[in-house]
Amino acid sequence: MIALLMRDLRLAFRAGGGFGLGLAFFLIVTVLVPFSVGPQSQLLTTIAPGILWLGALLACLLSLDRLLALDWEDGSLDLLATAPLPLESIVSVKALAHWLTTGLPLVLAAPLLGVLLNLAPPGYVWVVISLALGTPALSVIGTFGAALTVGLKRGGLLLSLLVLPLYVPTLIFGAEVARRGAQGMEVTTPLLMLAGITAGVIALLPFASAAVLRVNLR
Amino acid sequence: MGSMSLWEYANPKKFLTTSERILPFFWAAAAVCLVVGLIWGFFFTPDDFRQGSTVKIIYLHVPSAMMAINIWVMMLVTSLIWIVRRHHVSALAARAAAPIGIVMTLIALATGAIWGQPMWGTWWAWDPRLTSFLILFLFYLGYVALWEAIENPDTAADLTSVLCLVGSVFAILSRYAVLFWNQGLHQGASLSLDKEENVADVFYYPLLVCIAGFVFLFIALVLYRTGTEIRARRIRALATRTRAQA
Amino acid sequence: MMPDLGKYADAVLSAYAASIVLLVVLVVMTVLRGRKVRAEMARIEEQRSKNG
Repeated sequence: MIALLMRDLRLAFRAGGGFGLGLAFFLIVTVLVPFSVGPQSQLLTTIAPGILWLGALLACLLSLDRLLALDWEDGSLDLLATAPLPLESIVSVKALAHWLTTGLPLVLAAPLLGVLLNLAPPGYVWVVISLALGTPALSVIGTFGAALTVGLKRGGLLLSLLVLPLYVPTLIFGAEVARRGAQGMEVTTPLLMLAGITAGVIALLPFASAAVLRVNLR
Repeated sequence: MGSMSLWEYANPKKFLTTSERILPFFWAAAAVCLVVGLIWGFFFTPDDFRQGSTVKIIYLHVPSAMMAINIWVMMLVTSLIWIVRRHHVSALAARAAAPIGIVMTLIALATGAIWGQPMWGTWWAWDPRLTSFLILFLFYLGYVALWEAIENPDTAADLTSVLCLVGSVFAILSRYAVLFWNQGLHQGASLSLDKEENVADVFYYPLLVCIAGFVFLFIALVLYRTGTEIRARRIRALATRTRAQA
Repeated sequence: MMPDLGKYADAVLSAYAASIVLLVVLVVMTVLRGRKVRAEMARIEEQRSKNG
């Protein structure tokens, strides 16, 4: 399992891997937002938590179709499926690798980009906490979408369509934590809901992902 | 032995002969109920004292919204039957129902927007119900797109069934998330389409007839479309066999 | 015969028009595809019975 994780990470960091793509996209979104909505710092302060969450979500979405597709094409997914490791652990490791290469950099970059968006001072800690709690859910849900569409040519658009409604609850609670935190309001309820979604998704969704992957590998 | 007899219809041949026999009744019942209900509602019910004549939109809005949700529930049930008992008819019924669900969701959204314009002064508000229906619409689109994208019918049935299952859980989650999110946004907004509770009898009876009409129409459509899917699947299977022999 | 819809006539009529159009399109598309597939099925059955 560890070997698989290390292999995925190495592949991602190598040139042509997915690493940096999500981060670059996140940077682009947040840098372009002030150009499109205007430079009023008050407005930017209001929308900063939402923009950071939206940017992180889109950056995750962008990198999903590479999550399983490369292993599918070169046949290593078939090898993995026959390995003694259960497919549920394999998809979990894949999701973890995706989070480490996409989600984690986004969490770390968010405060820096928050400065550009004039994020309110109490917001920094809550943006980081909400992203750290929420992005694992995005990776796990995304793995499910990638497993559904892995056998398809040009599955990218379909993958986005399938994952889009599945991301809604995570986005709502995550952005709500960041927004309330930035305004100095009570965050306990959305924070608990966000943590609940992430925990539930990590515990249950790999079974669904493994099931659809098994169907696709038939 | 009651359950035995129900499973008999899972046999595609048996399903086709039976559905062909009962279909005319459902088409007729749908036509009668819709014509009677909509004419009754449109021509022979009074205006509401607050909403004026827009109250007549209720005869389309409420039945289509009910169907939009119930069709998804039906798809969930037939998907589960496919996963557990591997009845092809069940999986194909779910496939046949989904586009009907899309149209019902569209009607609910369109009539809601048209109704909302004069009542709330806007075509679209991020009201929890409207938002939930938009999300439901996306779920339907993804489900249908997945069916269309996969060639092998059994693979498609398996994948869409799991998507329907997972989607149902997320749809319920979204419903709560949206309720939470909107209350968080504008506290005390009292705009809502919640009129079912206090519908007077004059509106209620034609509404019931319209709901019956929508239900009968759905049953007729889904039986007919399932028949189409069963045949299309058979044609495909025969074509593959001929190709294999050649 | 036509009821007086007052100032909301546009809204009510367009809601009915949009819904009825959508329903008719759904029924027509369902029947068109159904007819096509049924005809195809009949053709294949006939061919198979001929070829034994």
